[in-house]
Amino acid sequence: MVRFNDKLTLLIFTALVLAAPLILAPTGAAYPDLMQRFAIYGIFAIGFNILFGLTGYLSFGHAAFLGVGSYAAMWMFKLLSMNIIPALILSVIIAGLFSLVIGYISLRRSGIYFSILTLAFAEMSYKMAYSVLTPLTNGETGLQLALDDPRILDGVQAQDSLPSTNLFGFEMKEVFWNPHIFGYDLQFNYGYYVCAILLILSFYIAMRIFRSPFGLMLRAVKTNQTRLNYTGISSRPYTLAAFVISGMFAGLAGGLLATMDPSVGAERMQWTVGGEVVLMVVLGGMGTLIGPFLGAIFIKYFENIFSKINEGVVHGWFAYLPDWADNLLAAIVSPFVGKGWHLTLGLLFMIVVIFLPGGLVDGGRRLFRWVIRADKKDIGV
Amino acid sequence: MDAIFLQILNGLDKGSAYALIALGLTLIFGTLGVVNFAHGALFMVGAFIAVTFSKVLEISKVTVDPDKVDFLGNPAKIKVPYVVDWFGSFGDWIIDYTIPISLLFAIPVMILIGVIMERGLIRHFYHRPHADQILVTFGLAIVMGELIKLWFGSESIPVHVPEAYKSALDIGVWFGFEPGSVIYPNWRLVYFFFSVIVLSGVFAFLRFTTFGMVVRAGMADRETVGLLGININKRFTIMFGIAAAVAGTAGVMYTGVNKPVFHMGMDFLVLSFVVVVVGGMGSLRGAVAAGFLLGILESFASMPLVKDAIAAIGLPSIDQIIIYLVAVVILLVRPRGLMGKAGVMED
Amino acid sequence: MGILEVQNVNKHFGGLHALNNVNLNVEQGSVHALIGPNGAGKSTFLNCLIGKLKPDTGSVLFDGQPVLGKKPHEINQLGVSRVFQTPEIFTDLTVLENVMIPCYAHRDGPFRVNAFGRVRKDKGVRDQAEHMLEDLGMKEKMHAHSGSLSRGDKRRLEMAMCLVQEPKLLLLDEPTAGMARADTNNTIDLLKHIGETRNITKVIIEHDMHVVFSLATTISVLAQGAIIAEGLPDDIKGHPKVREAYLGEAEV
Repeated sequence: MVRFNDKLTLLIFTALVLAAPLILAPTGAAYPDLMQRFAIYGIFAIGFNILFGLTGYLSFGHAAFLGVGSYAAMWMFKLLSMNIIPALILSVIIAGLFSLVIGYISLRRSGIYFSILTLAFAEMSYKMAYSVLTPLTNGETGLQLALDDPRILDGVQAQDSLPSTNLFGFEMKEVFWNPHIFGYDLQFNYGYYVCAILLILSFYIAMRIFRSPFGLMLRAVKTNQTRLNYTGISSRPYTLAAFVISGMFAGLAGGLLATMDPSVGAERMQWTVGGEVVLMVVLGGMGTLIGPFLGAIFIKYFENIFSKINEGVVHGWFAYLPDWADNLLAAIVSPFVGKGWHLTLGLLFMIVVIFLPGGLVDGGRRLFRWVIRADKKDIGV
Repeated sequence: MDAIFLQILNGLDKGSAYALIALGLTLIFGTLGVVNFAHGALFMVGAFIAVTFSKVLEISKVTVDPDKVDFLGNPAKIKVPYVVDWFGSFGDWIIDYTIPISLLFAIPVMILIGVIMERGLIRHFYHRPHADQILVTFGLAIVMGELIKLWFGSESIPVHVPEAYKSALDIGVWFGFEPGSVIYPNWRLVYFFFSVIVLSGVFAFLRFTTFGMVVRAGMADRETVGLLGININKRFTIMFGIAAAVAGTAGVMYTGVNKPVFHMGMDFLVLSFVVVVVGGMGSLRGAVAAGFLLGILESFASMPLVKDAIAAIGLPSIDQIIIYLVAVVILLVRPRGLMGKAGVMED
Repeated sequence: MGILEVQNVNKHFGGLHALNNVNLNVEQGSVHALIGPNGAGKSTFLNCLIGKLKPDTGSVLFDGQPVLGKKPHEINQLGVSRVFQTPEIFTDLTVLENVMIPCYAHRDGPFRVNAFGRVRKDKGVRDQAEHMLEDLGMKEKMHAHSGSLSRGDKRRLEMAMCLVQEPKLLLLDEPTAGMARADTNNTIDLLKHIGETRNITKVIIEHDMHVVFSLATTISVLAQGAIIAEGLPDDIKGHPKVREAYLGEAEV
């Protein structure tokens, strides 16, 4: 069996991510907006996996850190500069501080208590963003850019339209290369490559943590806290560190969402968003390196595809069938697509937890082993 | 004084709902050791049983009245619900009492749903990690919510309360306040009494029947009870059905307080979890006490007087988050909640 | 002065006087067995020693330092390791990783974020762990998944995890409970081997008299929460109070 060492894995990962606009072209997912989402939610899930996958602590509160990251980035855009660097730095720092506070309190308990506490904190942050913190979050309207924002670093510019986010002048939205290859119209934009590089960096950090003594301690927390404590290790600071690290990843993801589309509403902090990242990690394979990213792509891809399918499209699929069969099949399928995407998502959640607790990565491994065994049988080994 | 009294009353109906849901959650925690994220969905399903029933009753026979024309000049159509057509004034009475009558349907349906849920899904998760239990029931909650949305749409649907309970009652007079100072909608009072009856019913059932005794013993120490040769699993299935019925009937009656909508289950779920944790995981009395406590607290925080006072000392309005703040403080001071026992759900 | 000094420890559970003025003095280098019939308070006593329970009154000095009220990991860092009744190991990790964790705890203390080190290339720690496993005869299993080990091997692994920390005191809570005779004898041999190669003070709580008399240098007898006898194994064998306490329970 092929064994990937870490360097090779990282190399392949980097190559795939950088070549994504080309690779994804045949799937119809190769437009910048969606690819950025893949990368951003990939970062979110990779970070979440450091907490959930390694320590086993299930947090439902990470949407709060995503939202906080977005708000922090927005304020940098409004006050300081449209350059994304200060925005991203602040979103990571603020999300880190925020997760330190929430983590410190929530981690006084473990197991279910911990999950419920984080759930309560997420809901509280969401409600606060709507009510108490309106001066910071602009309540229900959401925080947006305005023409008269100070932006002290950017200097006085003739502003007749809202400025765009940029990296030292390279606008995130700008498509810098637009070639036609194999009949596909490819778009390479700065925004995706900023996200892609941060994704690769996140993946590398996660990989190092997995292989480090720190990561070993986190896995020990998951397996047997009693033994860990009687081995002279204080488990809580380790868990808190993992919590804060994953919170910072979430903050980075939130900041990146704001660089993609500079506006943020409180709904980004709703706990169901936190539930989605849990699903990404579980679906991909918790505790594996590549799983969370696969889960993120899987969900964001199908969300995108499924949400676009309407009844007309469904009828189109079955048009060659007799009318009654067309109608019957369309009636069966249409609840799951379009606006019904969440139904599919919920079912997916259940199916994965019930039948594939190891996620896609584990499923892939089993399939691989099964194929190999079948091969050997064929040649009579 | 009367304002305070009014706020306590206002907190009662929300508190009742919290208490009823939290009671079921705690029962399931305590007996099965499972965290049921789909419990809020059961509340929601109950509410939509009432909606369904009212829709069924509204199915009408359409006849054309040849003598009258509508504003377009066509013969006027008269809609008469079939129940009225068949039963006359008794039919009218049935329609009027849609909500209470729905209870009769809701109880068996909810028990059935509960038993199916336990047998079909939850049972297979007893020996899986808590995270898996949370995830699979969370998925189930999403599915149930979305199915309801698919069928009934995403708008909230009103269900009318019986004519006799539509008005409000000047309760203040009973307690010696000025007439007109404490006015309380009748149906909310009904809801409160309903919850008191259900809660006492459940407690009496657990206290005075052999079945209840075994369940309580099982909550205290499942293994030992299992060793006594008592088929604890069967009883736990029934307990799950009962918890589902409690949540469902709470949902049916709640349709008279607020219009049901598909996401109400999730909204109540989060708060009910907070209630359970504040009350102390595994403590039935704690869940009920914390339910009412937090309901009333929420109502106080939204009181104009309190809002002004808070604004006066320079704080923004906190009525939205008061429950969470109090919950966090309580858990910091008493990590096991108000009435929690050591060792419950702590592994 | 002993390495572990327990003075006048009392513990009540409601009306039950679980520990009644317990005094115990464990000499450096000894193997001190604590025996007693069921419900005598042995587990309560052990839990008081390692920080899981807090006694109502009394003091416990380890190496001259008070340990009451300290958390388990703090007591461990002072040099006390514990072997549990059912082996507590990290079942999701490999045997080698299991032994490396206490090495890190010994080297880095209770908390250190070393997120960019590489466990596989950590030569010092790895050698230390491998030597330990070699000494206890588990080196060939070091890449095995520890959850799949036999019970005897799990016990051996747990010992390795404790010993690699070079503790001053090793607490053993019924190390042979529930074991077949052969496994019990293996454990006795293992403990003898440890005694020959390292000078570690041991406190053994044990039911099995065969184990106790094969290993102990000193024996204390606990009955109904109080120490009723203490002395050399030969003295204890014939002690009338001990016979009384054990009457009908086991052959002494």
